[in-house]
Amino acid sequence: MSVRKKNRAAQLKVKSRTENLSEIRDFVSGNARAADIPEVTVENIILAVDEACTNIIKHAYNLSPEGEIIIKIDYDEEKFMVTIIDYGKSFEPDRVPLPDLQKYYREHRVGGLGMYLMKSLMDDVEYRSVPGKYNQVLLSKNIRSG
Amino acid sequence: MAEFSTSVRENGDISIINLKGFLDAHTAPTLENNFTQLINDSKFKIVVNFEDLAYISSAGLGVFMAYIESIRDNKGDIKLTNMSDKVFNIFDLLGFPLLYEIYKNEDEALKKFSGS
Repeated sequence: MSVRKKNRAAQLKVKSRTENLSEIRDFVSGNARAADIPEVTVENIILAVDEACTNIIKHAYNLSPEGEIIIKIDYDEEKFMVTIIDYGKSFEPDRVPLPDLQKYYREHRVGGLGMYLMKSLMDDVEYRSVPGKYNQVLLSKNIRSG
Repeated sequence: MAEFSTSVRENGDISIINLKGFLDAHTAPTLENNFTQLINDSKFKIVVNFEDLAYISSAGLGVFMAYIESIRDNKGDIKLTNMSDKVFNIFDLLGFPLLYEIYKNEDEALKKFSGS
């Protein structure tokens, strides 16, 4: 039987307002630092979660401030996982192409960058939507040292 | 709440925006207002100093994309300086160094403007 020295879970529930992004980042940062993850990795996870929540606030809830966002953190010695749940409009990640920055620049399009960052910064990004019920994005990062 | 502030200085016909704190989807409108004001005042030569910027998300990066075209159409530019490695890495990941001039310090950016 394996013995896990580190294994923790935590949860934060906030309203879908951009003013809550700093609280979300602090929540992620506190837990990631407690997990003894290298600082650069901590920063990458914080940014990925900020991007996911910003997308939820802007797109799933269309900037309506009363939506609910639940952020669950779960980690052991191998993986740091963040699950983000919302009850807004469902999202089809396959419809978001990877950004062509030159094209974005010409067309003034700035959405989609967040999605690209999330995929670049994390090891895995998985979406699951039950239309009309909830949307979930799971961000995971391998943290095994050595 | 995330702390973010900007201040604008003039150096000849060049405007320098200093960024401080956390630039995210909540605070990006502050920087948008700075750009809108400068464009309204026909000030198109802009240096943005990142020295005191602790954090940037794509909402912050988007601000630069939103204004660069109209500024370049008016023979101006946005040049970026004094980024921490952490902030530069995010710009780099999104390919911004291809689209923007990024300098180690403010003097280099100012010289580039006066040279052109």
